[in-house]
Amino acid sequence: MTALPDAEALLPALAAELRARLGPQTAMIGLYTGGAWLAERLHAMLGLSVPLGLMDIAFYRDDYARQGLKHDPKRTRIPFDVEGRDILLVDDVLYTGRTVRAAMNELFDYGRPRSIALVVLADRGGRQLPICAQHVGARLELPEDKRLRLRRDADGRLRFELEDAR
Amino acid sequence: MPANPQLDAQGRLRHLLSIEGLPRETIERILATAESFAGVTERDIKKVPLLRGKSVFNLFFEPSTRTRTTFEIAAKRLSADVINLNIALSSQTKGESLLDTVANLSAMQADIFVVRHASSGAPYLIARHVKPHEHVINAGDGRHAHPTQGLLDLYTIRHYKKDFASLTVAIVGDIAHSRVARSLIHGLNTLGAREVRVIGPQTLIPTGVEALGVRVFHDLRAGLREADVIVMLRLQNERMSGALLPSAQEYFMSYGLTPERLALAKPDAIVMHPGPMNRGVEIDSAVADGPHSVILPQVTFGIAVRMAVMSIVAGGA
Repeated sequence: MTALPDAEALLPALAAELRARLGPQTAMIGLYTGGAWLAERLHAMLGLSVPLGLMDIAFYRDDYARQGLKHDPKRTRIPFDVEGRDILLVDDVLYTGRTVRAAMNELFDYGRPRSIALVVLADRGGRQLPICAQHVGARLELPEDKRLRLRRDADGRLRFELEDAR
Repeated sequence: MPANPQLDAQGRLRHLLSIEGLPRETIERILATAESFAGVTERDIKKVPLLRGKSVFNLFFEPSTRTRTTFEIAAKRLSADVINLNIALSSQTKGESLLDTVANLSAMQADIFVVRHASSGAPYLIARHVKPHEHVINAGDGRHAHPTQGLLDLYTIRHYKKDFASLTVAIVGDIAHSRVARSLIHGLNTLGAREVRVIGPQTLIPTGVEALGVRVFHDLRAGLREADVIVMLRLQNERMSGALLPSAQEYFMSYGLTPERLALAKPDAIVMHPGPMNRGVEIDSAVADGPHSVILPQVTFGIAVRMAVMSIVAGGA
Protein backbone atom coordinates (compact mmCIF):
# COMPACT_ATOMS: atom_id res chain seq x y z
CA MET A 1 0.00 0.00 0.00
CA THR A 2 1.39 3.34 -1.09
CA ALA A 3 1.61 5.96 1.65
CA LEU A 4 -0.59 8.89 0.65
CA PRO A 5 0.73 12.43 0.94
CA ASP A 6 -0.57 14.61 3.77
CA ALA A 7 -2.81 17.10 1.95
CA GLU A 8 -2.69 19.74 4.68
CA ALA A 9 1.10 19.62 4.86
CA LEU A 10 1.36 20.32 1.11
CA LEU A 11 -0.67 23.53 1.24
CA PRO A 12 1.88 26.06 2.58
CA ALA A 13 4.56 25.19 0.00
CA LEU A 14 2.03 25.25 -2.84
CA ALA A 15 0.70 28.63 -1.68
CA ALA A 16 4.25 30.03 -1.41
CA GLU A 17 4.99 28.88 -4.95
CA LEU A 18 1.83 30.58 -6.24
CA ARG A 19 2.50 33.79 -4.34
CA ALA A 20 5.64 34.29 -6.41
CA ARG A 21 3.62 34.46 -9.63
CA LEU A 22 0.70 36.64 -8.55
CA GLY A 23 0.10 39.70 -10.71
CA PRO A 24 -2.57 42.37 -10.99
CA GLN A 25 -4.62 40.22 -13.41
CA THR A 26 -4.39 36.95 -11.47
CA ALA A 27 -7.67 35.16 -10.74
CA MET A 28 -8.37 31.66 -9.46
CA ILE A 29 -10.90 29.04 -10.55
CA GLY A 30 -11.46 25.77 -8.67
CA LEU A 31 -12.95 22.65 -10.27
CA TYR A 32 -15.71 20.87 -8.36
CA THR A 33 -15.54 19.15 -6.00
CA GLY A 34 -12.04 18.55 -4.67
CA GLY A 35 -10.47 21.36 -6.68
CA ALA A 36 -13.07 23.79 -5.34
CA TRP A 37 -12.17 22.90 -1.73
CA LEU A 38 -8.48 23.29 -2.50
CA ALA A 39 -9.04 26.58 -4.30
CA GLU A 40 -11.04 27.97 -1.38
CA ARG A 41 -8.07 27.29 0.89
CA LEU A 42 -5.44 28.66 -1.50
CA HIS A 43 -7.54 31.70 -2.34
CA ALA A 44 -7.77 32.57 1.35
CA MET A 45 -4.08 31.85 2.07
CA LEU A 46 -3.04 34.12 -0.81
CA GLY A 47 -5.54 36.83 0.10
CA LEU A 48 -6.58 37.29 -3.54
CA SER A 49 -8.81 40.32 -4.06
CA VAL A 50 -10.52 38.97 -7.18
CA PRO A 51 -13.33 36.67 -5.96
CA LEU A 52 -12.89 32.92 -6.47
CA GLY A 53 -14.50 31.25 -9.49
CA LEU A 54 -15.96 27.74 -9.24
CA MET A 55 -16.50 25.49 -12.22
CA ASP A 56 -18.32 22.21 -12.83
CA ILE A 57 -17.23 20.71 -16.14
CA ALA A 58 -20.20 18.29 -16.37
CA PHE A 59 -21.48 19.92 -19.58
CA TYR A 60 -18.05 19.67 -21.25
CA ARG A 61 -17.02 16.10 -20.42
CA ASP A 62 -15.86 13.90 -23.30
CA ASP A 63 -17.46 10.73 -21.90
CA TYR A 64 -21.07 12.01 -21.95
CA ALA A 65 -22.00 9.67 -24.80
CA ARG A 66 -20.83 6.68 -22.74
CA GLN A 67 -21.52 7.72 -19.17
CA GLY A 68 -24.42 10.14 -19.51
CA LEU A 69 -24.77 13.32 -17.55
CA LYS A 70 -23.50 13.20 -14.00
CA HIS A 71 -26.16 13.38 -11.34
CA ASP A 72 -25.78 16.66 -9.55
CA PRO A 73 -23.94 19.17 -11.71
CA LYS A 74 -23.14 22.35 -9.83
CA ARG A 75 -23.63 25.73 -11.38
CA THR A 76 -20.41 27.22 -12.71
CA ARG A 77 -19.92 30.69 -11.22
CA ILE A 78 -17.15 32.93 -12.47
CA PRO A 79 -17.64 36.28 -10.74
CA PHE A 80 -15.06 38.18 -12.82
CA ASP A 81 -14.36 38.94 -16.46
CA VAL A 82 -12.11 36.20 -17.84
CA GLU A 83 -10.87 38.41 -20.69
CA GLY A 84 -7.19 39.23 -20.28
CA ARG A 85 -6.80 37.45 -16.92
CA ASP A 86 -3.99 35.22 -15.75
CA ILE A 87 -5.99 32.24 -14.56
CA LEU A 88 -4.86 29.80 -11.89
CA LEU A 89 -6.90 26.68 -12.64
CA VAL A 90 -7.03 24.53 -9.51
CA ASP A 91 -7.84 20.82 -9.27
CA ASP A 92 -7.16 18.26 -6.58
CA VAL A 93 -5.69 15.39 -8.60
CA LEU A 94 -4.19 15.40 -12.11
CA TYR A 95 -4.56 12.05 -13.85
CA THR A 96 -5.65 11.52 -17.48
CA GLY A 97 -5.86 15.26 -18.23
CA ARG A 98 -9.40 14.99 -19.59
CA THR A 99 -10.93 17.12 -16.84
CA VAL A 100 -8.43 19.89 -17.53
CA ARG A 101 -9.14 19.80 -21.25
CA ALA A 102 -12.88 20.10 -20.52
CA ALA A 103 -12.23 22.94 -18.07
CA MET A 104 -10.20 24.89 -20.63
CA ASN A 105 -12.97 24.43 -23.20
CA GLU A 106 -15.54 25.77 -20.73
CA LEU A 107 -13.27 28.62 -19.65
CA PHE A 108 -12.95 29.90 -23.22
CA ASP A 109 -16.74 30.13 -23.43
CA TYR A 110 -16.42 32.84 -20.76
CA GLY A 111 -13.71 34.83 -22.51
CA ARG A 112 -10.10 34.81 -23.66
CA PRO A 113 -7.72 34.66 -20.72
CA ARG A 114 -4.16 35.98 -21.12
CA SER A 115 -2.77 32.79 -19.61
CA ILE A 116 -3.82 29.66 -17.75
CA ALA A 117 -1.62 27.84 -15.24
CA LEU A 118 -2.66 24.51 -13.80
CA VAL A 119 -2.36 23.99 -10.04
CA VAL A 120 -2.87 20.53 -8.53
CA LEU A 121 -2.34 19.07 -5.10
CA ALA A 122 -1.30 15.68 -6.52
CA ASP A 123 -0.10 14.47 -9.91
CA ARG A 124 -0.54 10.72 -10.16
CA GLY A 125 0.78 10.31 -13.73
CA GLY A 126 -1.23 8.34 -16.28
CA ARG A 127 -1.80 11.18 -18.72
CA GLN A 128 -3.85 10.44 -21.84
CA LEU A 129 -3.58 13.99 -23.21
CA PRO A 130 -0.66 16.40 -23.67
CA ILE A 131 -1.37 18.36 -20.49
CA CYS A 132 0.94 19.17 -17.60
CA ALA A 133 0.62 21.10 -14.36
CA GLN A 134 2.73 24.16 -13.58
CA HIS A 135 2.34 23.84 -9.82
CA VAL A 136 2.22 20.43 -8.15
CA GLY A 137 1.93 19.65 -4.44
CA ALA A 138 3.10 16.04 -4.68
CA ARG A 139 3.86 13.46 -7.35
CA LEU A 140 3.06 9.79 -6.93
CA GLU A 141 2.53 6.64 -8.96
CA LEU A 142 -0.68 4.67 -8.46
CA PRO A 143 -2.00 1.51 -10.11
CA GLU A 144 -4.79 2.01 -12.66
CA ASP A 145 -7.40 0.28 -10.51
CA LYS A 146 -7.11 2.90 -7.78
CA ARG A 147 -8.79 6.26 -7.61
CA LEU A 148 -7.18 9.06 -5.61
CA ARG A 149 -9.70 11.49 -4.13
CA LEU A 150 -9.50 14.54 -1.96
CA ARG A 151 -11.86 14.55 1.03
CA ARG A 152 -12.87 17.37 3.31
CA ASP A 153 -13.55 16.53 6.93
CA ALA A 154 -16.24 18.19 9.00
CA ASP A 155 -13.62 20.53 10.49
CA GLY A 156 -12.57 21.64 7.00
CA ARG A 157 -9.28 19.71 6.91
CA LEU A 158 -8.33 18.16 3.57
CA ARG A 159 -7.01 14.64 3.21
CA PHE A 160 -6.37 12.15 0.45
CA GLU A 161 -8.21 8.87 0.18
CA LEU A 162 -7.61 5.88 -2.06
CA GLU A 163 -10.61 4.02 -3.52
CA ASP A 164 -11.06 1.18 -5.95
CA ALA A 165 -11.79 2.61 -9.37
CA ARG A 166 -15.21 1.62 -10.73
CA MET B 1 -47.96 -2.90 -12.07
CA PRO B 2 -46.85 -2.30 -15.67
CA ALA B 3 -43.27 -1.23 -16.30
CA ASN B 4 -42.81 2.51 -16.60
CA PRO B 5 -42.16 3.10 -20.31
CA GLN B 6 -40.07 6.19 -19.53
CA LEU B 7 -37.39 4.34 -17.59
CA ASP B 8 -34.99 1.60 -18.69
CA ALA B 9 -34.22 -1.55 -16.71
CA GLN B 10 -31.65 0.36 -14.63
CA GLY B 11 -34.20 3.06 -13.78
CA ARG B 12 -32.60 5.66 -16.06
CA LEU B 13 -34.83 8.18 -17.81
CA ARG B 14 -34.90 7.28 -21.52
CA HIS B 15 -38.03 9.14 -22.60
CA LEU B 16 -40.01 11.89 -20.93
CA LEU B 17 -43.67 11.12 -21.51
CA SER B 18 -45.43 12.22 -18.32
CA ILE B 19 -44.65 13.51 -14.84
CA GLU B 20 -47.05 10.90 -13.53
CA GLY B 21 -44.98 7.91 -12.49
CA LEU B 22 -41.67 9.75 -12.33
CA PRO B 23 -39.84 9.05 -9.10
CA ARG B 24 -39.23 12.05 -6.88
CA GLU B 25 -35.44 11.68 -7.34
CA THR B 26 -35.84 11.93 -11.10
CA ILE B 27 -37.87 15.13 -10.86
CA GLU B 28 -35.39 16.60 -8.40
CA ARG B 29 -32.49 15.62 -10.64
CA ILE B 30 -34.07 17.37 -13.62
CA LEU B 31 -34.70 20.53 -11.57
CA ALA B 32 -31.15 20.55 -10.15
CA THR B 33 -29.63 20.02 -13.60
CA ALA B 34 -31.80 22.81 -15.00
CA GLU B 35 -30.46 25.10 -12.30
CA SER B 36 -26.93 24.53 -13.64
CA PHE B 37 -28.09 25.11 -17.20
CA ALA B 38 -29.67 28.39 -16.10
CA GLY B 39 -26.10 29.52 -15.44
CA VAL B 40 -25.17 28.69 -19.04
CA THR B 41 -28.10 30.71 -20.38
CA GLU B 42 -26.84 33.80 -18.54
CA ARG B 43 -23.44 33.78 -20.27
CA ASP B 44 -22.45 35.60 -23.44
CA ILE B 45 -21.84 32.24 -25.12
CA LYS B 46 -25.01 30.36 -24.24
CA LYS B 47 -23.89 27.05 -25.63
CA VAL B 48 -22.36 23.83 -24.33
CA PRO B 49 -21.09 20.93 -26.47
CA LEU B 50 -23.10 18.07 -24.87
CA LEU B 51 -25.31 17.11 -27.83
CA ARG B 52 -22.83 17.94 -30.58
CA GLY B 53 -23.53 15.72 -33.57
CA LYS B 54 -27.00 14.71 -32.34
CA SER B 55 -30.17 15.51 -34.22
CA VAL B 56 -33.34 16.70 -32.52
CA PHE B 57 -36.54 16.43 -34.54
CA ASN B 58 -39.35 18.69 -33.44
CA LEU B 59 -42.48 16.83 -34.52
CA PHE B 60 -45.41 19.14 -34.09
CA PHE B 61 -48.65 17.56 -35.23
CA GLU B 62 -50.45 20.43 -33.53
CA PRO B 63 -49.45 24.08 -33.85
CA SER B 64 -47.40 25.72 -31.12
CA THR B 65 -45.01 28.63 -31.20
CA ARG B 66 -43.66 29.00 -27.69
CA THR B 67 -43.09 25.35 -26.87
CA ARG B 68 -41.54 24.55 -30.23
CA THR B 69 -39.31 27.60 -30.08
CA THR B 70 -38.07 26.92 -26.56
CA PHE B 71 -37.31 23.29 -27.46
CA GLU B 72 -35.42 24.54 -30.50
CA ILE B 73 -33.42 27.06 -28.46
CA ALA B 74 -32.69 24.44 -25.80
CA ALA B 75 -31.44 21.94 -28.40
CA LYS B 76 -29.28 24.56 -30.10
CA ARG B 77 -27.76 25.61 -26.78
CA LEU B 78 -26.77 21.97 -26.32
CA SER B 79 -25.12 22.13 -29.78
CA ALA B 80 -27.58 19.69 -31.36
CA ASP B 81 -28.86 20.06 -34.89
CA VAL B 82 -32.56 20.86 -34.92
CA ILE B 83 -35.06 19.95 -37.58
CA ASN B 84 -38.55 21.43 -37.24
CA LEU B 85 -41.41 19.57 -38.84
CA ASN B 86 -44.79 21.13 -38.97
CA ILE B 87 -46.58 17.92 -39.74
CA ALA B 88 -50.05 19.31 -39.42
CA LEU B 89 -49.35 20.74 -42.86
CA SER B 90 -47.57 17.86 -44.58
CA SER B 91 -47.48 14.04 -44.53
CA GLN B 92 -50.46 13.54 -42.27
CA THR B 93 -52.65 15.36 -44.71
CA LYS B 94 -51.35 12.99 -47.37
CA GLY B 95 -52.41 10.02 -45.25
CA GLU B 96 -49.11 8.76 -43.87
CA SER B 97 -49.44 6.96 -40.54
CA LEU B 98 -47.76 8.29 -37.40
CA LEU B 99 -45.37 5.34 -37.17
CA ASP B 100 -44.46 5.58 -40.85
CA THR B 101 -43.61 9.24 -40.38
CA VAL B 102 -41.39 8.39 -37.41
CA ALA B 103 -39.75 5.46 -39.23
CA ASN B 104 -38.82 7.79 -42.08
CA LEU B 105 -37.32 10.33 -39.72
CA SER B 106 -35.48 7.58 -37.92
CA ALA B 107 -33.94 6.62 -41.27
CA MET B 108 -32.66 10.22 -41.39
CA GLN B 109 -30.73 9.43 -38.16
CA ALA B 110 -32.69 11.10 -35.42
CA ASP B 111 -31.58 10.99 -31.79
CA ILE B 112 -34.40 12.82 -30.04
CA PHE B 113 -38.02 13.23 -31.08
CA VAL B 114 -39.90 16.09 -29.47
CA VAL B 115 -43.55 15.30 -30.07
CA ARG B 116 -46.69 17.35 -29.79
CA HIS B 117 -49.89 15.66 -30.83
CA ALA B 118 -53.60 16.28 -30.42
CA SER B 119 -54.18 12.63 -29.47
CA SER B 120 -53.41 11.58 -25.91
CA GLY B 121 -50.87 8.77 -25.93
CA ALA B 122 -49.25 9.49 -29.30
CA PRO B 123 -45.77 9.98 -27.77
CA TYR B 124 -46.17 6.65 -25.95
CA LEU B 125 -46.90 4.91 -29.21
CA ILE B 126 -43.77 6.43 -30.76
CA ALA B 127 -41.63 5.60 -27.71
CA ARG B 128 -42.65 1.95 -27.98
CA HIS B 129 -41.41 1.76 -31.55
CA VAL B 130 -38.20 3.80 -31.65
CA LYS B 131 -34.71 2.29 -31.72
CA PRO B 132 -32.77 1.94 -28.46
CA HIS B 133 -30.64 5.04 -29.09
CA GLU B 134 -33.66 7.22 -29.90
CA HIS B 135 -35.47 9.21 -27.25
CA VAL B 136 -38.94 10.70 -27.13
CA ILE B 137 -39.96 13.84 -25.27
CA ASN B 138 -43.64 14.62 -24.95
CA ALA B 139 -44.30 18.29 -25.77
CA GLY B 140 -48.03 17.96 -25.08
CA ASP B 141 -50.41 15.15 -26.01
CA GLY B 142 -54.14 15.80 -26.15
CA ARG B 143 -55.61 16.39 -22.71
CA HIS B 144 -53.15 14.00 -21.16
CA ALA B 145 -49.78 15.54 -20.28
CA HIS B 146 -47.33 18.33 -20.95
CA PRO B 147 -44.45 17.24 -18.75
CA THR B 148 -41.84 19.87 -19.66
CA GLN B 149 -44.39 22.61 -18.92
CA GLY B 150 -45.14 20.93 -15.59
CA LEU B 151 -41.42 20.71 -14.84
CA LEU B 152 -40.79 24.35 -15.69
CA ASP B 153 -43.73 25.28 -13.46
CA LEU B 154 -42.14 23.27 -10.64
CA TYR B 155 -38.78 24.90 -11.36
CA THR B 156 -40.38 28.36 -11.20
CA ILE B 157 -42.12 27.57 -7.91
CA ARG B 158 -38.91 26.20 -6.42
CA HIS B 159 -36.98 29.23 -7.63
CA TYR B 160 -39.26 31.67 -5.80
CA LYS B 161 -40.56 29.56 -2.93
CA LYS B 162 -37.94 26.90 -2.11
CA ASP B 163 -39.79 24.51 0.19
CA PHE B 164 -42.78 22.68 -1.32
CA ALA B 165 -43.93 21.22 2.00
CA SER B 166 -45.25 24.59 3.19
CA LEU B 167 -46.94 25.67 -0.05
CA THR B 168 -50.55 26.11 -1.07
CA VAL B 169 -50.88 26.14 -4.84
CA ALA B 170 -54.09 27.24 -6.58
CA ILE B 171 -54.67 26.26 -10.20
CA VAL B 172 -57.46 28.28 -11.78
CA GLY B 173 -59.47 27.70 -14.91
CA ASP B 174 -60.18 24.96 -17.38
CA ILE B 175 -58.90 21.95 -15.46
CA ALA B 176 -60.91 19.50 -17.55
CA HIS B 177 -59.10 20.17 -20.82
CA SER B 178 -55.71 21.11 -19.42
CA ARG B 179 -52.71 18.83 -19.83
CA VAL B 180 -50.71 21.57 -18.09
CA ALA B 181 -52.82 21.28 -14.94
CA ARG B 182 -52.63 17.50 -14.94
CA SER B 183 -48.83 17.46 -15.22
CA LEU B 184 -48.41 20.11 -12.56
CA ILE B 185 -50.75 18.38 -10.11
CA HIS B 186 -48.77 15.13 -10.38
CA GLY B 187 -45.50 16.98 -9.92
CA LEU B 188 -46.69 18.96 -6.90
CA ASN B 189 -47.98 15.82 -5.24
CA THR B 190 -44.74 13.95 -5.88
CA LEU B 191 -42.70 16.81 -4.40
CA GLY B 192 -45.01 16.99 -1.39
CA ALA B 193 -46.77 20.35 -1.74
CA ARG B 194 -48.93 21.02 1.31
CA GLU B 195 -52.14 21.70 -0.59
CA VAL B 196 -53.08 21.78 -4.26
CA ARG B 197 -56.35 23.49 -5.12
CA VAL B 198 -58.20 23.53 -8.39
CA ILE B 199 -60.61 26.38 -8.97
CA GLY B 200 -63.14 26.72 -11.77
CA PRO B 201 -66.75 26.38 -12.84
CA GLN B 202 -68.33 22.96 -12.45
CA THR B 203 -68.34 22.44 -16.22
CA LEU B 204 -64.55 22.80 -16.42
CA ILE B 205 -63.58 20.62 -13.48
CA PRO B 206 -63.64 16.88 -14.17
CA THR B 207 -65.66 14.79 -11.76
CA GLY B 208 -63.51 12.71 -9.44
CA VAL B 209 -60.57 15.08 -9.75
CA GLU B 210 -60.19 14.85 -5.96
CA ALA B 211 -58.66 11.44 -6.55
CA LEU B 212 -55.57 13.24 -7.89
CA GLY B 213 -55.08 14.72 -4.44
CA VAL B 214 -56.53 18.19 -4.90
CA ARG B 215 -59.16 20.34 -3.17
CA VAL B 216 -61.89 21.64 -5.45
CA PHE B 217 -63.24 25.20 -5.25
CA HIS B 218 -65.91 26.74 -7.41
CA ASP B 219 -65.59 30.12 -5.72
CA LEU B 220 -62.42 31.91 -6.84
CA ARG B 221 -62.24 34.11 -3.74
CA ALA B 222 -62.39 31.19 -1.36
CA GLY B 223 -59.83 29.25 -3.35
CA LEU B 224 -57.30 32.07 -3.53
CA ARG B 225 -57.28 32.72 0.20
CA GLU B 226 -53.75 32.33 1.62
CA ALA B 227 -52.39 30.82 -1.58
CA ASP B 228 -48.62 31.02 -2.13
CA VAL B 229 -48.75 30.23 -5.82
CA ILE B 230 -51.52 30.96 -8.34
CA VAL B 231 -51.45 29.26 -11.72
CA MET B 232 -53.87 30.73 -14.23
CA LEU B 233 -54.78 28.49 -17.13
CA ARG B 234 -55.59 29.72 -20.58
CA LEU B 235 -59.27 29.66 -21.43
CA GLN B 236 -59.32 28.12 -24.85
CA ASN B 237 -61.63 29.96 -27.20
CA GLU B 238 -62.97 26.75 -28.64
CA ARG B 239 -64.54 25.94 -25.24
CA MET B 240 -66.64 29.02 -25.55
CA SER B 241 -68.62 27.75 -28.51
CA GLY B 242 -70.14 24.78 -26.67
CA ALA B 243 -72.41 24.79 -23.69
CA LEU B 244 -69.57 24.85 -21.18
CA LEU B 245 -69.36 28.60 -20.73
CA PRO B 246 -71.63 31.56 -21.29
CA SER B 247 -69.10 34.15 -22.54
CA ALA B 248 -65.57 35.44 -22.05
CA GLN B 249 -66.90 38.49 -20.22
CA GLU B 250 -68.89 36.42 -17.78
CA TYR B 251 -65.96 34.11 -17.24
CA PHE B 252 -63.79 37.09 -16.35
CA MET B 253 -66.45 38.31 -13.90
CA SER B 254 -66.34 35.01 -12.02
CA TYR B 255 -62.84 33.62 -12.58
CA GLY B 256 -60.62 36.39 -13.93
CA LEU B 257 -57.64 37.26 -11.73
CA THR B 258 -57.85 40.92 -10.80
CA PRO B 259 -55.66 42.87 -8.33
CA GLU B 260 -58.54 42.84 -5.78
CA ARG B 261 -58.79 39.05 -5.91
CA LEU B 262 -55.03 38.58 -5.91
CA ALA B 263 -54.98 40.54 -2.63
CA LEU B 264 -56.74 37.57 -0.98
CA ALA B 265 -53.66 35.39 -1.50
CA LYS B 266 -50.47 35.67 0.56
CA PRO B 267 -48.74 39.06 0.21
CA ASP B 268 -45.76 37.42 -1.49
CA ALA B 269 -47.81 35.13 -3.74
CA ILE B 270 -46.54 34.53 -7.27
CA VAL B 271 -48.77 34.42 -10.35
CA MET B 272 -47.96 32.00 -13.16
CA HIS B 273 -49.47 31.34 -16.58
CA PRO B 274 -48.34 28.80 -19.18
CA GLY B 275 -49.24 31.14 -22.02
CA PRO B 276 -50.51 32.29 -24.33
CA MET B 277 -52.54 34.64 -22.13
CA ASN B 278 -55.97 36.01 -22.85
CA ARG B 279 -55.87 39.38 -21.15
CA GLY B 280 -59.27 40.35 -19.83
CA VAL B 281 -60.50 36.75 -19.97
CA GLU B 282 -58.61 34.77 -17.33
CA ILE B 283 -56.22 37.48 -16.18
CA ASP B 284 -56.34 41.25 -15.78
CA SER B 285 -53.47 43.13 -17.43
CA ALA B 286 -52.67 44.81 -14.12
CA VAL B 287 -51.91 41.36 -12.66
CA ALA B 288 -50.17 39.95 -15.74
CA ASP B 289 -47.77 42.90 -15.77
CA GLY B 290 -47.71 43.43 -12.01
CA PRO B 291 -45.08 42.72 -9.36
CA HIS B 292 -46.47 39.26 -8.47
CA SER B 293 -46.28 38.00 -12.04
CA VAL B 294 -43.48 35.54 -12.90
CA ILE B 295 -44.97 34.70 -16.30
CA LEU B 296 -41.97 35.84 -18.36
CA PRO B 297 -39.34 34.24 -16.08
CA GLN B 298 -41.29 30.99 -16.62
CA VAL B 299 -40.45 31.19 -20.32
CA THR B 300 -36.75 31.70 -19.61
CA PHE B 301 -36.66 28.86 -17.08
CA GLY B 302 -38.39 26.64 -19.64
CA ILE B 303 -35.28 26.71 -21.82
CA ALA B 304 -33.01 25.50 -19.01
CA VAL B 305 -35.53 22.82 -18.02
CA ARG B 306 -35.73 21.52 -21.60
CA MET B 307 -31.93 21.50 -21.83
CA ALA B 308 -31.85 19.40 -18.67
CA VAL B 309 -34.44 16.92 -19.95
CA MET B 310 -32.74 16.47 -23.32
CA SER B 311 -29.28 16.04 -21.86
CA ILE B 312 -30.48 13.54 -19.25
CA VAL B 313 -32.45 11.31 -21.65
CA ALA B 314 -29.83 11.35 -24.40
CA GLY B 315 -26.79 10.67 -22.20
CA GLY B 316 -25.12 7.30 -21.75
CA ALA B 317 -25.01 4.22 -23.90
